[in-house]
Amino acid sequence: MLRIDSLTTDHGQVRAVDRVSFRAEVGSCTAVIGANGAGKSSLLRTLSGLVKATSGSASWGDVDLLKLPTSEIVRHGVAHVPEGRSVIAELSVEENLNLGALWRGKDPDVAITKSEVLDLFPRLGERLKQGADSLSGGERQMLAIGRALMARPKLLLLDEPSLGLAPIVIEQIFHTIDTMRKATGLTVVLVEQNAMSALGIANHAIVLSLGKIVASGEANAIAADDSLRHAYLGY
Amino acid sequence: MSTLLSTLITGLSLGAIYSLMAIALILVWRSTRVVNFAQAGQAVFSTYIGLEIHRMTGSYWLAILLSIIVGGVLGGLIDLALVRPLLRRAGSGPEAAVAPVIATLGLLAVLQGVVGMFWGGELIKFPSAFSTAGLSIGGGKIPFSAFDLFTVGASLAVMLAFSFIFQRTGLGLSMRAAAFSPEVAQLAGVRTGRVRTIGWSFAGAAGGLAGVLITPTTFLAPNSLDLLLVFGFTAAVVGGLESMIGGALGGLALGFGLAFVLQYAGSSYTFMTAFVVLLAVLLLRPQGLIGKRGGRRV
Repeated sequence: MLRIDSLTTDHGQVRAVDRVSFRAEVGSCTAVIGANGAGKSSLLRTLSGLVKATSGSASWGDVDLLKLPTSEIVRHGVAHVPEGRSVIAELSVEENLNLGALWRGKDPDVAITKSEVLDLFPRLGERLKQGADSLSGGERQMLAIGRALMARPKLLLLDEPSLGLAPIVIEQIFHTIDTMRKATGLTVVLVEQNAMSALGIANHAIVLSLGKIVASGEANAIAADDSLRHAYLGY
Repeated sequence: MSTLLSTLITGLSLGAIYSLMAIALILVWRSTRVVNFAQAGQAVFSTYIGLEIHRMTGSYWLAILLSIIVGGVLGGLIDLALVRPLLRRAGSGPEAAVAPVIATLGLLAVLQGVVGMFWGGELIKFPSAFSTAGLSIGGGKIPFSAFDLFTVGASLAVMLAFSFIFQRTGLGLSMRAAAFSPEVAQLAGVRTGRVRTIGWSFAGAAGGLAGVLITPTTFLAPNSLDLLLVFGFTAAVVGGLESMIGGALGGLALGFGLAFVLQYAGSSYTFMTAFVVLLAVLLLRPQGLIGKRGGRRV
């Protein structure tokens, strides 16, 4: 289980994450929604050690996420796909994928993971030798997610996978995330501005505004709450 | 004809050494975004160690091996003891870009001072395992010495080894990933600090080799490799500072160019020529002769 208690993160003078507490059960999908600048990305970046928490606690199982450097967190089953199709453009598609499993060393199962990832995203399989800079936006996002999956994570932190993508591609990616979670028991924390798509595949949702949780509950209850939508989600 | 041939061969031999130095500078630049001015000091230090080993054991091979190893260890230590703490303190502000460069300049002076304290400032002849006189083939002499052959061969071997490591091994992949995108690399589990230290170490080893290869044809003194630093940096800039192949080609191009200047204008013009080339590339084509337009995405 992911347990987050009173987590607070400062960005210089700005309090980006303000006493956030929530739980995510193993195998669940939690949507973190809210407007631009609500602190969604900062929350994930704190969990993966990219920024330091000011106070509070965050743990995954018995792993204290706030104590570990970023490169070690993935070794404890937590993979983070940061915002903005985070692939390394100078490397080939295959190298980007291999990078995700480098820390697993000579683990013979890496080849199995790779074929599973390529089954999920067959487009990547057709482009293995190409430079990652030759991919379309959607393919880059698939590659970023694929790289994270190469670590065979138990907890996947996804930051705005829909950003800047065409609706049909968004639907495809969300569908893949959903099927994969149901098939493998992966736990997903999905940060999204695109609340509608995110709530569609989430069990639970929390709504952030200026770093604070302003609402939380079952995903479909949040989706049905008109006042919430108007106030924080802007549609 | 034989003058032209001899000039080309001098160019190839010099170019190989400049390429090594360029690669050393590029390795550090890619991993740390620092132009390592101390590289000349590191190479001079490891070359003096090689000289000392040669005096003690009489073995040139042991000397060259130890120079490379000492160069590598020293490079790694500099990252651990100097660059890492500096980067940690400077964070990501403007100081982070400047502090390590100034530190390497300071370190250059320190290393040259230390070398001067132990070995004195006079010019020392450095031994060579091979004759630096031209080889004879079929009765005729060609302007290519056994030492030239060794220089080109050793440089090529190191470049091929680096290229194999970078393109074909997991370590190489993590080094490239850490250079292009430290954040993504860390998220993928790459221990970027360790990888950077290895980069400094490789650079130190390449610089160490460049030092022992260039010294037999000149002489050794605490600041005798300053010119090599200038030429190596020029070669690296000509190659675009980012790619190893660029650095190798830049080194060769500069080697040939300077060999012609040496032959037809005299040695007093080489330094100036290198600076003119450096300025011309920076002004006209800052991404390097083979670099991509627009440079690196950040």
